[in-house]
Amino acid sequence: MPGALGGGGTRRSGYLSGLVFHGFLLFSLAIGIVTLGALLVTVFLEGWRFVDAVLLFEPPSADPAIAGAEPAILATIFLGVLLIVLTVPIGVGTAVYLEEYADRERWYNRWLEINIQNLAAVPSIVYGILGLAFLVRGLGLGRVLLAGALILTLLVLPTVIIAAREAIRAVPGSIREGAYALGATKWQVVWRQVLPGAAPGIATGSILALSRALGETAPLLLVGALTYVSFNPTLLGDFTALPVQIFQYITRPQEEFRGVAAGAIIVLLVILLMLNSVAIWVRNRYQRKW
Amino acid sequence: MSTSELSPVVPQLKAVRRRWGEDVIKGLLALCALVSVATTVGIVVALFIPAIEFFREVSLWDYLTGTEWTALFSEPSFGVLPLVAGTVLVTFVAVLVCAPFGLGAAIYLSEYAHERARSILKPTLEVLAGIPTVVFGYFALTFVTPLLQDVGFKVGPFSALSAALVMGIMLIPTVASVSEDAMSAVPRDLRQGAYALGSTRMQVSTRIVVPAAISGIIASFVLAISRAVGETMIVLIAAGGQPNLTLNPTEAVQTMTAFIAATAQGDVATGTTAYKTIFAVGATLFVMTLVMNMISIRLVRRFREVYE
Repeated sequence: MPGALGGGGTRRSGYLSGLVFHGFLLFSLAIGIVTLGALLVTVFLEGWRFVDAVLLFEPPSADPAIAGAEPAILATIFLGVLLIVLTVPIGVGTAVYLEEYADRERWYNRWLEINIQNLAAVPSIVYGILGLAFLVRGLGLGRVLLAGALILTLLVLPTVIIAAREAIRAVPGSIREGAYALGATKWQVVWRQVLPGAAPGIATGSILALSRALGETAPLLLVGALTYVSFNPTLLGDFTALPVQIFQYITRPQEEFRGVAAGAIIVLLVILLMLNSVAIWVRNRYQRKW
Repeated sequence: MSTSELSPVVPQLKAVRRRWGEDVIKGLLALCALVSVATTVGIVVALFIPAIEFFREVSLWDYLTGTEWTALFSEPSFGVLPLVAGTVLVTFVAVLVCAPFGLGAAIYLSEYAHERARSILKPTLEVLAGIPTVVFGYFALTFVTPLLQDVGFKVGPFSALSAALVMGIMLIPTVASVSEDAMSAVPRDLRQGAYALGSTRMQVSTRIVVPAAISGIIASFVLAISRAVGETMIVLIAAGGQPNLTLNPTEAVQTMTAFIAATAQGDVATGTTAYKTIFAVGATLFVMTLVMNMISIRLVRRFREVYE
């Protein structure tokens, strides 16, 4: 009795509209997946000829035939290492504070949570402005690799915190109570029980956040990564990261650079794919069901 | 027998001595948490102090109602409307793409797909969300724009339409995953009740599940709008570089984010009015996204409270 739910018409028209609806849903799903496929095919067809020793081991150049991206690739690897070193301790520390120590009834702890949720949704270019104002000009650090690393750290910190909190929350309370019953202090409980239990979740979340950060371009443009860099990066020297190098090649007037850009995109996607595979492997290998 | 004679056997639950190390650790952890507070304070200070200086030189009224944006010309005009129009136009078209298709994908994954199909389709869709935006910009410029020209749209090498379509597709996984979370929070009884009354799968989806999850679905749309407003690289690469007060998506436009990125790259001298525009536009952008994020957080909370 379709009338009971307001479904008008005969049985046949109901069947037809059901089919149309089903078709629409399938189309909704397909459009994303087809686009993903078209994107990968376009990039691969345009770029595979350019993925060679020149791209990987030569500096950028005005001549597309000898234009590489070695400084940018190295800078992206440097940024990745710095990001892990900076974000994981601060992010996990914040998550432990919020989950294990903070009193939820206090206004400042609730405010802290809302603050982190909001930071997670601030546009990345706004972090770039923060870096420009405080790191590059305010502190006088200049347009250096460290400034880029610090700004990306702040950018992905909320993501790492949220992932780490979920992992910590998934460790059952009985584990903590058992440890307390044996006379452990709060920190002993956290360090020897909670964190080891949450480690796979924290690792997975951190690697995914890292892969997001390494694909970021906009904030790096503001801290000056667009300069022409033909030498390999140092911590306090000028730098350009792989996504910025890609942007630079895309915007060059000569058509040939589109191919070099596509080649560099393949390198970037391979780096991100490797990171994501590690994250999935860690999750499947070490994740515990309590 | 009085109670005072019994009380000595109550065990002491307090620690024998205070453990200072434990307090130090708690302090260090709170210090970590302070980093995110400092970030927020830093963003507000970095944006609003130069923005206030900017509005001493340019009146707020002229800024908000001016129809010409030529910040970097020798005789500059600071009307933000062309940049806002560019942002609104791109966002509108992007949401027109990601809202229906994101919701459709969410309904399919939550109500129609078998467990095995779901376990393949969902991660595949999420790969889309992991592609760097600079790559989407490249895709819009080298694939979507020529495709639009081939099918008869009168678009130049740069257009709001091309950037917005790619951005909309990029946002489908965002809408789908937040909406699907809301739908899976709808209790099973509601669905089974409707099926017992003879409803079809489509009726259950559109009249039971979607209305019950509506606040989460709207939250996903708001989140998508906020992402679209803040997205930089796609518009910087594919939408053009000239401020243009238009609502015609086939024209080239400049958005607020693209203006910030384009201006900050050039060596604009610190302290000039042109340099301060970066912060004024940044502050406008920050306020817009902040309001939308607060709405989205509220809405997500609401549907969680109802069913738990």
